[in-house]
Amino acid sequence: MDYCIKNGTLVDPAAGHVGRFDLLIREGKVVEVAPELVAPDDVTVIDAAGLHILPGLVDMHAHFREPGREDKETIATGSRAAAAGGFTAVAVMPNTQPPIDSPYHISYVKEQGEVAGLCRVLPIGCTTKGQQGEEIAELGEMAAAGAVAFSNDGVPLMNAEVMRCVMEYSRLFDKPILIHAEDRYLAGEGQMHLGHWSTVLGLKGIPTLAEEVIVARDLLLAEATGARIHFCHLSSAKSVELVRAAKARGVRVTAEVTPHHLVLTDAAVDEFDTNTKVNPPLVSEYHRQALLAGLLDGTIDAIATDHAPHTREEKHREYDLAPFGQIGLETALALVLAELYHQKRAPLARIVEWMSVNPARILGQSGGDLAVGSPADLALVDLERKWQLTTADIYSKSKNTPFLGREFTGRVVMTLFGGQITHKLPDFSRPEDQRVKGA
Amino acid sequence: MPGLHRKDLLGLKDLTAEEITLILDTAEPCREIFARELRKMPTLRGKTVVTLFFEPSTRTRTSFEVAAKWMSADAINITVATSSVVKGESFVDTAKTIEAVGADVIIIRHAMAGAPALLAKSVKAAVINAGDGAHEHPTQALLDLYSIRRHKGRIAGLNVTIVGDILHSRVAKSNIWGLTKLGAHVTVVGPPTLMPPGLEELGVRVCYNLDEALEGADVVNVLRIQLERQKKGLFPSIKEYSRLYGINKARLDRLAPDALLMHPGPANLGVEITEEAAEDPRSVIVDQVSNGVAVRMALLYLLTGGGREDGLLH
Repeated sequence: MDYCIKNGTLVDPAAGHVGRFDLLIREGKVVEVAPELVAPDDVTVIDAAGLHILPGLVDMHAHFREPGREDKETIATGSRAAAAGGFTAVAVMPNTQPPIDSPYHISYVKEQGEVAGLCRVLPIGCTTKGQQGEEIAELGEMAAAGAVAFSNDGVPLMNAEVMRCVMEYSRLFDKPILIHAEDRYLAGEGQMHLGHWSTVLGLKGIPTLAEEVIVARDLLLAEATGARIHFCHLSSAKSVELVRAAKARGVRVTAEVTPHHLVLTDAAVDEFDTNTKVNPPLVSEYHRQALLAGLLDGTIDAIATDHAPHTREEKHREYDLAPFGQIGLETALALVLAELYHQKRAPLARIVEWMSVNPARILGQSGGDLAVGSPADLALVDLERKWQLTTADIYSKSKNTPFLGREFTGRVVMTLFGGQITHKLPDFSRPEDQRVKGA
Repeated sequence: MPGLHRKDLLGLKDLTAEEITLILDTAEPCREIFARELRKMPTLRGKTVVTLFFEPSTRTRTSFEVAAKWMSADAINITVATSSVVKGESFVDTAKTIEAVGADVIIIRHAMAGAPALLAKSVKAAVINAGDGAHEHPTQALLDLYSIRRHKGRIAGLNVTIVGDILHSRVAKSNIWGLTKLGAHVTVVGPPTLMPPGLEELGVRVCYNLDEALEGADVVNVLRIQLERQKKGLFPSIKEYSRLYGINKARLDRLAPDALLMHPGPANLGVEITEEAAEDPRSVIVDQVSNGVAVRMALLYLLTGGGREDGLLH
């Protein structure tokens, strides 16, 4: 099916198209972009009047749990959730059971993504065999099989020499090392951010130092080895400062922040809702402001969901016993719009850079733009549409989000991946929509 | 309108000064029952009070049990071995089972912060937090407040010093909420490794030197030091702790003659407090235990709807 998207506002900073543009899509690719296109007779017209057309969002950090924990999520259900959130590419973390540490596993994840066909599933390989943090994994074999990056994810490399080797070796391939910066000794048995609220609630605190000392260490290692590194989900003012200074002296480093760290603080833990238990933990207002500032001044390059599904049974228990993580694909854009666009901190073009252009570049992938010749991966967004999150809106197999019941302004109404509709709001049926023939 | 208009008591953070005062006032007539020959009232006849303890505790559990029994409630004690929690038995499931057998009030003690809140959300019965992790122990703080008021005649304006492991102490947290709400000046003192951040935001003075913290104190509340904290490296030795933060005769001698010495018990005699100090005339440690029964009676009465019609106690 070929499409012509008419009357919408295109936000494509990478291609320099921001404003009224029509798009012609044939065989899954953008073939024409112009302020006013006459749709050929053989294509279906999608009337995007009042809507914004964004390059498909790229999430560089999600957990699809397959293989091993298909009760929480599968590559298919995760892909469906991604489509609902306007994502057309998702990089998935290797902390599965077994961990993704060989070319066979990489191929498996990629193929399952292709079978689901709802977004590009980009496999990340472990940096060490079995995610054990001891022996370097077959980075080259995995790269050849399609790994887009390497990470030991939630099992940080506490041995600096192992990390140094990984970084040295990774220079053979232009793939970033994604770092979950956490000193396991400093984090200890902590359950939430160490601060006023951990004191009030009596939950063991995790000092931001747990992140900062590893950020500092790995910046030094990256500087010494010349490796390209990327910090996952930054959560502290000092970390932002360290990355800012490192960038200024030319270290090859990029960083991401999650929507939930931009929107929530540790005060959200007040009612012991285990959906607020995430790693790194929700931080104080001081750190949240520093994260926003880091994002706005370009120190932080990308917004990534850290979509981490867990079953109801695992989450519906004592705070100390619940696993860390919350889902985020369906709510990411709405949260970012609320915090940055509607509060007039940033224009839509910058949000596109954080959620599409930059993550695609960091991962060395196509996407992030809708120039002629690019894949027709895009999201149609109604910026003013009001909605309230219910479990019915969640396509992920797990519903562990603290945002249930929250009212949002702005929603993805349709997603196209490779020129095919992968998501359409059930009630997206304005009068003009009748012109969508056979969609 | 008199009465306590809430389903649960999870912590003193949630209570207003008026609600706290109401509980303390209601405890007054309950305290008089100790002097009576017949210590039984029909107030809670037909009500079932369950103590659900996931952590061993003789004092608090017995205190609640006596309070319930003197008010003619059917008191049932359930002690759940921590091991069955580790085995993966669902906490919410256990709670629902207990409610289904007819509990009107569930009193819970749990090693993990927030467990009573989770229980309160899962059941219709009234839930009383009898201590959850390092979070709160509201009835201990209420009995401490009651003891202070009983012996000093007031709480507002008093200098209260809390000594010890503030970081892990639910007693300290609840005391801080209660005391500051009622207008006392609170100082906490202990080693930096056992001091949590953010206490100043609660209106508390933080001190690391005991002698400095004791100066001008009207009330000294000494916390129990959990000996396993030493093994975790948070302080070097019991001996050193004792020397720096132990209450002894010499330190007591520098306190005012009408100062009050308290301890939630059970005390590690010779560690955080010497036996001699605990037996000082200014010590109300034993009286605190009786006050605990009175405060818990008041609370059971108020949470089951008492005080909203004509006082059953008077």
